[in-house]
Amino acid sequence: MTDAPALDIRDLDVAYSVRGKDRQVLRGVTLQVARGEAYGLVGESGCGKSTAAMAVMRYLPANGRVRGGSIEVAGANVMELGRRDLRRWRASDVGMVYQNPGTALNPSIRVGRQVAEVFTVQGVGSGEARERALEALKLVQIADPASVLQRYPHQLSGGMQQRVIIAMALAKDPALLILDEPTTGLDATVEAEVLDLVAGLQSSLHTSVLFISHNLGVISKMCARVGVLYAGRLVEEGPVEEVLHDPRHPYTVGLLRCVPRGGVRKDHGRLDTIPGFLPNLGDDLPGCVFADRCALAQDRCHTEPPTAHAIGEQHVSLCHFHETAQTLPRLEAADLELTPVDRSAPPLLAFDELGKVFRQHGNDIHALVGVSASVWPGETLGLVGESGSGKTTLARTLLGILEPTSGAMLLEGKKLGGRMTRRSREEVRALQIVFQNPDSALNRRHTVRRILRRSLRKLARLSGKAADARMTELMTSVRLSERYVSARPSQLSGGLKQRLAIARSFAGEPRLVVCDEPTSALDVSVQAAILNLLVELQAKEGVSYIFISHDLGVVRYVSDRIAVLYLGRLMELGPAEVVFDGPHHPYTEALLSAVPTIDGGGRDRIRLEGDIPSAAKPPTGCVFHTRCPRRLGDVCDTTEPPLVEIADGHLMRCHIPLDQLRTLQASPR
Amino acid sequence: MLRFLLRRLALALVTLVLMSVLVFALTAVIPTDVARNVLGNLASPAEVATLRHHLGLDQPVYLQYWAWVKKLAHGDLGTSLASQEPVGNLLFPAMKNSLKLAAMAFVIVVPLSILGGTLAALRRGRLLDRFITVTGLSLTAMPEFVTSIVLIVTFGIWKHWLPISATTPDDYSFRTLLTYLLLPSLALVAVLFGYIARITRAGVIEALEADYTRTARLKGVRGRTVLVRHVLRNALLPTIAVVATQTGYLIGGLVVIEVMFNYDGIGKHIKEAAYNNDITLLQGGVLIVGVVYLTATLIADLLYSLLNPRIRQGGAS
Repeated sequence: MTDAPALDIRDLDVAYSVRGKDRQVLRGVTLQVARGEAYGLVGESGCGKSTAAMAVMRYLPANGRVRGGSIEVAGANVMELGRRDLRRWRASDVGMVYQNPGTALNPSIRVGRQVAEVFTVQGVGSGEARERALEALKLVQIADPASVLQRYPHQLSGGMQQRVIIAMALAKDPALLILDEPTTGLDATVEAEVLDLVAGLQSSLHTSVLFISHNLGVISKMCARVGVLYAGRLVEEGPVEEVLHDPRHPYTVGLLRCVPRGGVRKDHGRLDTIPGFLPNLGDDLPGCVFADRCALAQDRCHTEPPTAHAIGEQHVSLCHFHETAQTLPRLEAADLELTPVDRSAPPLLAFDELGKVFRQHGNDIHALVGVSASVWPGETLGLVGESGSGKTTLARTLLGILEPTSGAMLLEGKKLGGRMTRRSREEVRALQIVFQNPDSALNRRHTVRRILRRSLRKLARLSGKAADARMTELMTSVRLSERYVSARPSQLSGGLKQRLAIARSFAGEPRLVVCDEPTSALDVSVQAAILNLLVELQAKEGVSYIFISHDLGVVRYVSDRIAVLYLGRLMELGPAEVVFDGPHHPYTEALLSAVPTIDGGGRDRIRLEGDIPSAAKPPTGCVFHTRCPRRLGDVCDTTEPPLVEIADGHLMRCHIPLDQLRTLQASPR
Repeated sequence: MLRFLLRRLALALVTLVLMSVLVFALTAVIPTDVARNVLGNLASPAEVATLRHHLGLDQPVYLQYWAWVKKLAHGDLGTSLASQEPVGNLLFPAMKNSLKLAAMAFVIVVPLSILGGTLAALRRGRLLDRFITVTGLSLTAMPEFVTSIVLIVTFGIWKHWLPISATTPDDYSFRTLLTYLLLPSLALVAVLFGYIARITRAGVIEALEADYTRTARLKGVRGRTVLVRHVLRNALLPTIAVVATQTGYLIGGLVVIEVMFNYDGIGKHIKEAAYNNDITLLQGGVLIVGVVYLTATLIADLLYSLLNPRIRQGGAS
């Protein structure tokens, strides 16, 4: 039995019963994870990834049911386990790591007891369990493990919480480890640390891993083989390298094209998208599951289910036309005319030495320290940095939601009031925002019409027929079909909701729109469509953006210039391609190297030690010196480097001379 | 933790002061002439004036309030206008009686409704859940006097199982006390059960669906342990808050039930004070109920923070 694969799923068919009817979620999924192998399961939301994981754990929701197929973990048939055996099996044979470490830990129990519980359920005495809990935390390289045991989950950072969960999952030395989107929602630098940790432990412990993610870059970094799931069917499977670089299913091809990568920028052309929507849960799909959205589909695709075509030794595609899959026509072929930004003209928005101090528990938190920059008409300024770096504070200050403690803001040369209430209507309508989460930003009790008409009335002073006409225009420009005019946000998909949020922000014909992580809650194919829309609106209306995102590929795609923030200070500011191509500030360098890319390889990751320091007690000298991999010496600890222009329009705050940085960063590590 | 405690205590003190002002103001604006009321219609205006002066009613309201508070600080609640007895002598024994009844009701209703709410949550959507939810709701919707009458008629008059009056004979044992208090407590339980059970049910359902419960289950923790260690501990937090506010009701809302069961508690005294325009007694009664309410809330807050590390540790670190 020992040579049985770690996970063996055959013809798995899972259905959810909704209003008395069975809706099929997984359609005959077959996959194997070999001992010691890392297998990636990739797909967009609603494709059945998590359902597959939960089916393996025998933890489907009450209305979910395995209708057919088999699941074996290390040779044991999971489907046939009785109640007590199931509990023992979960206690010793499988470990799981979840998407939200913050909610996966019990808020009212100390971390130590929660970790120790893994051992007590296996019958270990409580004293020994406590000792082994400490060992488990040491294994995941958490700082000061003994004190972590005494703490409550809310006292740990997101990265530490996820380490605790990983410690619990690995502590039992499981035959199979399931990771369900383990780094979604973590900062890029933290994500990189967690991924490094998992990869390291996986290779040293020879753990078999089922890695579920929507992020192709993460899968490429972590896994040897990958399966692409669409509408509950595994449409393509094979070695990661092959699938990502030689995809043989139109869905995989489309998915890969949606991701802005390899340094593409908005003026290089538009991102490709996947038209249409995921089929409804339980739709009858007699042919290929992707046929309705596939530009290559022919009649037989709609009627005849494709069989598995072997391409390489292990590479399999479920497509009738797998040979020509890569000829999938581009949908968004038309390139846009983007007017070049004229930086000799006066800037649209300029801010000078902006500072913001919060008072918290008697401490001064310096959220922004002397930040100066300008945004020209029709330009996109990208803001990057870890959470806590001040990106959102800066955006909110510019919008007048927060009042700056010091410094000045100028809109077209005119001084701007610190608070929204001290700004004229014209100034308010000139600066608008699109939030990360349209669910909480849109009033769910209001219809699309009411949401848009309210903004039109408040910002553009339009009512009656004029407002109706403008509303139709807005909806057309964001490609929100007019049939949704009476719908409420809950009836719209995530992408449509974000379109509505964008339409809302454009109601008053703004000059500058702050986009605060506008696509991070969306799937990649939807993200591509939203990015295209934003660029399109920029080409048409000449609007400027301040674009905040933790996804550097996305920021690079939309931005003309990039500002890198750390602990509320501007560390680097310059044209997007210069900032990305280097030589970069050591912090920028670390951020860039943290991102797992599909193209993978090439550079080694630069590790950042520990968490971002507290803004209440920022380090002396250069604020980055405590984590800087290129620290020069004492000068970094004592003297804060000034922000100097090292090249045309490229500003940097670092003691290391430019030439030296160039040599350091060019040398292979 | 100490900071939290001190802040809560300070807040309770401020509430107490505000409450005393309100109570005093309320009775001060009642459009009756207290002196006239005490002396009756036959008294001469001169006699009335003398009494007014004696009671301090001819002074400005804030001075009256100040005098009242000063006496309060010495534990003197004044003299009842109707019976000429010190208010304290009347109210404290009554308060003791009320507390007995409330304690009995509390001891029955809290475990019962938590059990009911938890069972309903575990059997969500099934018959047991519907039964518990509907019963609780109907009982809550029914006014106390209806439940009281039904209880009295069924168990007291028809079956003769239990006494219909809650007033015990003079030399009673603990057991007799329980038999006498059972019916009125049940009437109280009927009012409170639905509400507390409902909050418990909602809390348990939320905790059952929480990610941390999934974590515990997938760790292989036994079902019962998951329920006690992971679910209930988080689920009962809102219930505690509700129970605390309901304790206030247990003391202050007893008027109808104490009257129905002819029980010498504080509610009955408050009712009579209101009937007789016995302002001092009314002020004292309402104040005492208020203090009990405040204490209950304070205890609940402390309990809540003890069980909830996020409050105890003062926010996120």
